[in-house]
Amino acid sequence: MSSLLYDSPGPITRRRERIGSIIGGALVLALVALAVWYAAGRGVFELDRWDVLFDPPKNQSAADVWTSMVLKGLGATLRAAAVAAPLALVAGLLLALLRTARHAWLRLPAVVIIELFRGLPVLLMMFFGLLGFGWDAFGAVVFGLTVYNMAIIAEILRAGLAALPKGQTEAAYAVGLSRTQTLFSILLPQAVRIMLPSLISQLVVLLKDSSLGFIVGYAELLKSIQNNAQYFGNQYFIALFVVGGTIYLVVNITLSRLAVWIQKRSTRTSRGPIAPRV
Amino acid sequence: MNVIFDNIPAYLTGFLMTLKLSLVSGILALICGLFLAAFRVSPLTPLRALATTYVELLRNTPLTIVFFFLVFVAPQFGILAPLGFWTAVIALSAYTAAFVCEAVRSGINSVQFGQAEAARAIGLTFGQSLSLVILPQAVRTVIPPLINVFIALAKNTSVAAGFATVELMASGRRLATANPADTVWVLVGVALFYLAITIPAGILAGVVERKVAFAR
Repeated sequence: MSSLLYDSPGPITRRRERIGSIIGGALVLALVALAVWYAAGRGVFELDRWDVLFDPPKNQSAADVWTSMVLKGLGATLRAAAVAAPLALVAGLLLALLRTARHAWLRLPAVVIIELFRGLPVLLMMFFGLLGFGWDAFGAVVFGLTVYNMAIIAEILRAGLAALPKGQTEAAYAVGLSRTQTLFSILLPQAVRIMLPSLISQLVVLLKDSSLGFIVGYAELLKSIQNNAQYFGNQYFIALFVVGGTIYLVVNITLSRLAVWIQKRSTRTSRGPIAPRV
Repeated sequence: MNVIFDNIPAYLTGFLMTLKLSLVSGILALICGLFLAAFRVSPLTPLRALATTYVELLRNTPLTIVFFFLVFVAPQFGILAPLGFWTAVIALSAYTAAFVCEAVRSGINSVQFGQAEAARAIGLTFGQSLSLVILPQAVRTVIPPLINVFIALAKNTSVAAGFATVELMASGRRLATANPADTVWVLVGVALFYLAITIPAGILAGVVERKVAFAR
């Protein structure tokens, strides 16, 4: 295997790499073993720390625990994301159109809105909804997610429009399409297509940020972990956290993989980059 | 509006805390991220696997969960992170390191193959080709996305407000409860302080991007 930093290794290097790999692997394994040994010493793997998942105390059934986490907790997380995502997409599209408008008096407000919301923490926007406008937690979460992500989506779509070859517009005008027709039937479909990976990874960010609802008092997945742990006893925090964390990871990694897959699939056409999103 | 001017000291205390959080975790994240990136491009499979796992895990985990882990879950097996500032620093730098690693890695990978091959062809050693040919080019492409990672970090410090650190967001929340009639203006004040960090940094990223842009 040749890579940027080194050529395909010869026999000596290969042996050296193998020895290095074995030492490195042993070190990593030793670290993992140490962590497991430490955790076992603290009783992390004992059954009475995990039975909340299949045989919970206090006369509750396992179904109650799982319902409260998956159905109510994850359900609330997904509901906030499912309401905010379409709103952010529509508002982002609108902003992107304004941002690329010909008249400065249309462009300027869009630039200000995008720059403003891009530079502010999502949590602050949620507090605007909660404390500033006096909405309930759900409204605040949706508001925060929507205004931040619409600004990012507007930027993604603008980048997509800017990445299209100029000939597309020229050809559309040449066959007599109006400006609006060009935008909606020629440019936007292509821009959305090449920026689809970025749009999906932005959805991952939106889903991740929905966990900020925990701070503004929205009863989502994280809150349901805390509620369960407080009801059944703090020793169950680990088991409940493992379940909750796994749910987040599965959902997000699936979406991220989807983005990468779509990007790979569309390499035959011109492609936009997946911008790293934090 | 007056509520902002009347409470400037409270804002400033929070703002300084936010700056301190951003700086300390930024430096830590940069160091850890560079190590992770070195692991990710190394020829040793176990190190690569370790770094890849770490980055994939942290990138797909909400920051709130990292905080939640440190504050509520870690004490259950005896790891008591000192509450407040250092919990926030650990969570923020662990989270940001993954993004630093990704930015640095994609910078290294963006250097053209022929550059490294040419360096080796004229007989430069690994260290020489890395320090004279690859890294100088990688650094140029890395800096703008890295600035964006740090802008995100500055915004992410607000999450610490939910976990017993009194930074800008938390002092804003306190002021808002103290002045129920002017909550919107109080929060506008908070927003202005955040923008005072993020907008100059964003402009800097743009300037650097134009300065270091070179023909490929």
